[in-house]
Amino acid sequence: MGIWRKIKPPFWDRRDSELELLNYRRLWRTTLLSAIAVTLAPLVFLAGINFYQFEEQYQLQRNEITSHVQRLLAVNKVQLANFLEERRAALTYVNLANTFDQLSDRRHLATVFRRLRQSFGGFVDLGLIDGQGIQHAYIGPYNLEGRDYKNQDWYKEVQIRGIYISDVFLGHRNFPHFVIAVRHERADDQPYVLRATIDTGKLNSLLSATDLHPIGDIFLINQQGVLQTPSTLFGGVLTRFESMPQLAGQMGKVTEVKQNNAPPFLVATAKVEGSPFLLVVVKQPAALLQKWDLLRINIIVMVGVSVAAILVVIWWGSATLVNRIYEADLRRVAMLHEVEYTNKLASIGRLAAGVAHEINNPVAIINEKVGLMGDILGMNPDFPRREKFMEQIRVIKDSVRRVSEITHRLLGFARHLPVKSEQIHLEPLIKEVLGFLGREAEYRNISINVDIPADVPTLEADKGQIQQVLLNILNNALAAVEDGDKIDISVASRDNEQVAITITDNGIGIASQDLQNIFEPFFSTKGEKGTGLGLSITYGIVQKLGGHIDVTSQPGQGTSFIVYLPVKQRPRRLEGASGEDAARMEV
Amino acid sequence: MKVLLIDDEKELVTTLSERMEIRDIDSDWATSGEQGLKMIQEQAYDWVVLDLKMPGLSGYEAIQAIKAARPEARIILLTGHSAPEDLDRALDMGADLYLVKPVDIDDLIALMQGGGKQELS
Repeated sequence: MGIWRKIKPPFWDRRDSELELLNYRRLWRTTLLSAIAVTLAPLVFLAGINFYQFEEQYQLQRNEITSHVQRLLAVNKVQLANFLEERRAALTYVNLANTFDQLSDRRHLATVFRRLRQSFGGFVDLGLIDGQGIQHAYIGPYNLEGRDYKNQDWYKEVQIRGIYISDVFLGHRNFPHFVIAVRHERADDQPYVLRATIDTGKLNSLLSATDLHPIGDIFLINQQGVLQTPSTLFGGVLTRFESMPQLAGQMGKVTEVKQNNAPPFLVATAKVEGSPFLLVVVKQPAALLQKWDLLRINIIVMVGVSVAAILVVIWWGSATLVNRIYEADLRRVAMLHEVEYTNKLASIGRLAAGVAHEINNPVAIINEKVGLMGDILGMNPDFPRREKFMEQIRVIKDSVRRVSEITHRLLGFARHLPVKSEQIHLEPLIKEVLGFLGREAEYRNISINVDIPADVPTLEADKGQIQQVLLNILNNALAAVEDGDKIDISVASRDNEQVAITITDNGIGIASQDLQNIFEPFFSTKGEKGTGLGLSITYGIVQKLGGHIDVTSQPGQGTSFIVYLPVKQRPRRLEGASGEDAARMEV
Repeated sequence: MKVLLIDDEKELVTTLSERMEIRDIDSDWATSGEQGLKMIQEQAYDWVVLDLKMPGLSGYEAIQAIKAARPEARIILLTGHSAPEDLDRALDMGADLYLVKPVDIDDLIALMQGGGKQELS
């Protein structure tokens, strides 16, 4: 799933976001799948047709090779049969043309042998064997006269069938040759057998004339699968042809034979008429079909690369598209929220202004009445218990002042009065804000530690706004801590250009998924108790003052807010929207 | 220095007036714009302390009428709370400055004696 994490679109995990207007996952999936279907379907269709046509061509080519093999087989079979038939016919002719007595004459036999060699070639020796199986006369390189063949299988076979052609053997001559023996039978003559040995070199040259380009072979085997002529692929004469068992019953047909790891061979076998030999033609189609295979690989690679490229582009394109929609929706929803927020603030502002006005009027009366009482007491030094009354008046005046301060704060810390940019000493300001909250901290036994070095510069800002910022953050800190916990406030100067006010609590902390949302309007973790406006407003004020806020939090360990404020204000237009002012009380 | 106090809160204007008397400042009071205007038309005042929100004749109309009748009279708006744009409008119409209730009478007197130049905090 590591790859998925890297490639998934940004909107994927915002599925449950309250901001979501559409199901972006589904939208994306639909876009992706339909784009894939539209683009890949023709490609796959074309590739399919191409592949089908290719297969047909391939099969044609293969059939061509197969029929070539069959042609070779047929032609060579006939040639070989002719070769053998010629020699058999020659011997038969000698038989017919000569009597036993004539051939018994060694000179005559030598003449016949010489003529045979001249006319046909390949004859190595010639022997005359009488009716008892004894070699009566012999012309050849060895002295074999008088040998008894009576009990040998070939002699028995030639007696029965009239002709015998042997397998190829080395014999004591130690070169490959075979034997043709023909029985002589005439009513007027005694029976005899004419036996000739033939050199296989003649067979070899016959077969090697065949063109088997590029990889192929043609050779003879006997019924037991022993090579009768040398093979370039399968070994020399009298080696076993390993694929023989696979060819059983496949006479005349072209069969595919697999051998070890080599590419498959096409093998065809046919019996050479009138002989114990089987003609084998072998052809390796892979060599011929190599170009076709390359073409096939090229097509597969090309289609594969195209499909991959199309998929990447579609993936990227659809993700980008849906992400744009998602972002546009986000902006729209944010805007709607802002409008809602502004309206809400305006309502709160109107309400607060009305309340302040209604309170200020009776407070003004109380103020004047108690002032008058003071005036009267001032004029009557002998008034009974005058000091006691003066003390009461002082306390009432003090309370009036407090009420007045509260209504002023309610209206946004004197923003309804001309907004003032003044030099603010942070220490008294923080103490003043703590004056608001000190009571709650005291009740709940929460210790608030303040650490302000003496060299912290004064800030040029509106006092009410700074108070508001600190009040909001401290209120949240108080809400986050348990009774008996602590809150630390420290101030540090950064290059005399910025002041960093750090407020750290050891309360419940903020979950990491909430941390990114805490400055958004209406985001609250306090449930019904919070409006979700406090930190949003705080953030707005700090931004307007040219500063910024950092938050770090560990759930269960506490939260730290750092408010960075510039020492000097950039020139700016003073703002006076009453709604916003009033709403600054919200936490 | 003669001061006219106009506010629909009778207790406020009467008490303010009484306290001004104690401080040797001659003052009259009225509980509506109409009544105050009539008094201005009858005699001259150096300062008119006026509530912006009153039933009947509104603060703005009162300012215009006062300025028409006594252009030399200076006007201090005394308000529970008003939106800045309302105050700006009133200042444009001829009011000289405004104060938010409750005010300290000694500050108010000092302001008037100083010719309205001193800003209140």
